[in-house]
Amino acid sequence: MNRPLSTSGSQLQLKNRMSLGQSVRQSLTMAYRGLLKIKRTPEQLFDVTFQPIIFTLMFTYIFGGAISGSVKGYLPIIIPGILVQTVITTSIVTGVQLREDMDKGVFDRFRSLPIARIAPLAGALLADTVRYTIATVLTLAMGYILGYRPDGGFDHVVIAAILVIVCSWAMSWIFAFFGVIARTASSVQGISMLILFPLTFVSNSFVPVKTMPDWLQWFVHVNPISHLVTAVRQLANHGTIGSDFAISLIGAAIIVAIFAPLTVRAYMRRT
Amino acid sequence: MDRVLRSVPDGYDWAIEARGLVKIFGDNRAVDGVNLNVRAGTIYGVLGPNGAGKTTTIKMLATLLRPDGGSARIFGHDVVKEAQIVRQLIGVTGQYASVDETLSAMENLVIFSRLLGLGRKEARRKASELLEEFGLTEAAKRPLKHFSGGMRRRLDLAASLIAQPPLIFLDEPTTGLDPRTRAQMWDTIRRLVKTGSTVLLTTQYLDEADQLADRIAVIDRGRVIAEGTADELKASVGTSSLQLRVQNQGDIETARQMVERMLKVRAIVSPEAGKITAPIADADRVADLLITLREAGIRLAEMSVQKPTLDEVFLTITGHGVEDDAKKASHAPDGVEAM
Ligand SMILES: Nc1ncnc2c1ncn2[C@@H]1O[C@H](COP(=O)(O)OP(=O)(O)OP(=O)(O)O)[C@@H](O)[C@H]1O
Ligand SMILES: [Mg+2]
Repeated sequence: MNRPLSTSGSQLQLKNRMSLGQSVRQSLTMAYRGLLKIKRTPEQLFDVTFQPIIFTLMFTYIFGGAISGSVKGYLPIIIPGILVQTVITTSIVTGVQLREDMDKGVFDRFRSLPIARIAPLAGALLADTVRYTIATVLTLAMGYILGYRPDGGFDHVVIAAILVIVCSWAMSWIFAFFGVIARTASSVQGISMLILFPLTFVSNSFVPVKTMPDWLQWFVHVNPISHLVTAVRQLANHGTIGSDFAISLIGAAIIVAIFAPLTVRAYMRRT
Repeated sequence: MDRVLRSVPDGYDWAIEARGLVKIFGDNRAVDGVNLNVRAGTIYGVLGPNGAGKTTTIKMLATLLRPDGGSARIFGHDVVKEAQIVRQLIGVTGQYASVDETLSAMENLVIFSRLLGLGRKEARRKASELLEEFGLTEAAKRPLKHFSGGMRRRLDLAASLIAQPPLIFLDEPTTGLDPRTRAQMWDTIRRLVKTGSTVLLTTQYLDEADQLADRIAVIDRGRVIAEGTADELKASVGTSSLQLRVQNQGDIETARQMVERMLKVRAIVSPEAGKITAPIADADRVADLLITLREAGIRLAEMSVQKPTLDEVFLTITGHGVEDDAKKASHAPDGVEAM
């Protein structure tokens, strides 16, 4: 072996803990790996490409006339709703793919490397923000094509888009948790859908809350998705940042604070 | 030797010290009290049939699985309490490809290098260096999907060497390789040890352990049933062994009893081949045995005397053939006293 003996790999400093800086760097490397994988298998972007297009068309024309009398009048209500629903649904795929990825031998190597335990997870989740961005841009573009002209202006729409992406990233920790503890990828899909369906539909995403029975209204009001949708509407349609914006971000932080450690622990225990 | 001394506590003799390792899956004691001592700078072979617990043992030593009992130290560091330190001292090449299928060889190595703390440039340099060394430069950019089994195996090994770890685990490094590629892999492993690394490898190929390993542990059903140098193991079986094939399959059991009575050793029958194998402790008795067989009317189809191979060692110690299913051999004696 004519390997030089003086590369940094041989100057090991034996430590039992990773520093924060190292953890962040390793997570970014894992995210880079995720991006490369997306680049190699673009077909896995199928869902984030077509779902926004089809959902926007479907919901706008199915509900538009019935609820607001006209499609154009419905757009400011529905586009933020669809945006939140579509992008959050996309985050399920994160859990499913994590499960598939973890079943492969390469994860054994990641586990055997002296890297932060959170890096493979955080990296995968970080790379998936690309998917959310694609879904966000496509939904907004579809809205624009259908005639949606948000009054909040471009800058507020961008803030709204970032808010949705951040919240979806936070939600994806929940699905990542299922991804880590589930036995098969399809069961991850099943459980996640079961949680997400009531969350996204029993909200103010698609229909005015007033039309629902009281007990359902109560749920709609506590549902974090409703707050997110309201925050997006306020930003995009009025250019205002209100309490719902803060509630959404706090909610996202709480989800990450609970599910990131849970997921990492489950990830370490698996095996 | 340089790098080993730098990354390992000074003068630490033992790369691996495992005491009573246990791993239980459900009610299956996959590893059932394994003890291993591996001296730094040597090649250690773990030999055993399918399902013996080789992979499970390696996974516990490599911090991938938490032991249910016992303890293990890598260069003096506990695999459970100091897992992150242990990970800095080892490289693992798993039984199944532990590289990323969708990425190219170059990308794989760069990512692992970056994770290990190399800078962008350094990572590329290290990756090219390893690709060159393992003869993969030409295929560096191709996705692994189109790699042959041998190329994949080499890349896998290359990925374990990025940090130049003082201890390398190789789980069945040559399974599925053609004889030429296998010989190349053997050379690579030998060179690794020359640079000061310690290697623990598992194998089902007895000649592989014989060729490569300084010491060998034979494990079966989660237990170490024999340990020593290849020569010691062979010596424990007797100098040579006698192989007999009877013409009439019906006679095989009677013949076995005669062999055991006459040679005063345990004989092993492999029914598929209709073959009886027994160690020859005293060559003089073989003549008596042949006469007795003739007198009993048992006709032989073939007779040969063989120098012991590790195959025989295995057969003798475990009491069942390598290919034997564990269940089929459940009647076999414990075999430990054969040592
Ligand atoms: N994750 C697991 N869950 C349940 N049982 C397992 C698991 N991993 C291994 N086993 C069982 O543990 C036993 C030992 O398996 P192991 O993979 O360690 O054997 P091995 O010696 O590596 O065999 P092989 O030569 O086939 O690779 C087997 O009976 C296997 O079925
Ligand atoms: Mg195995």
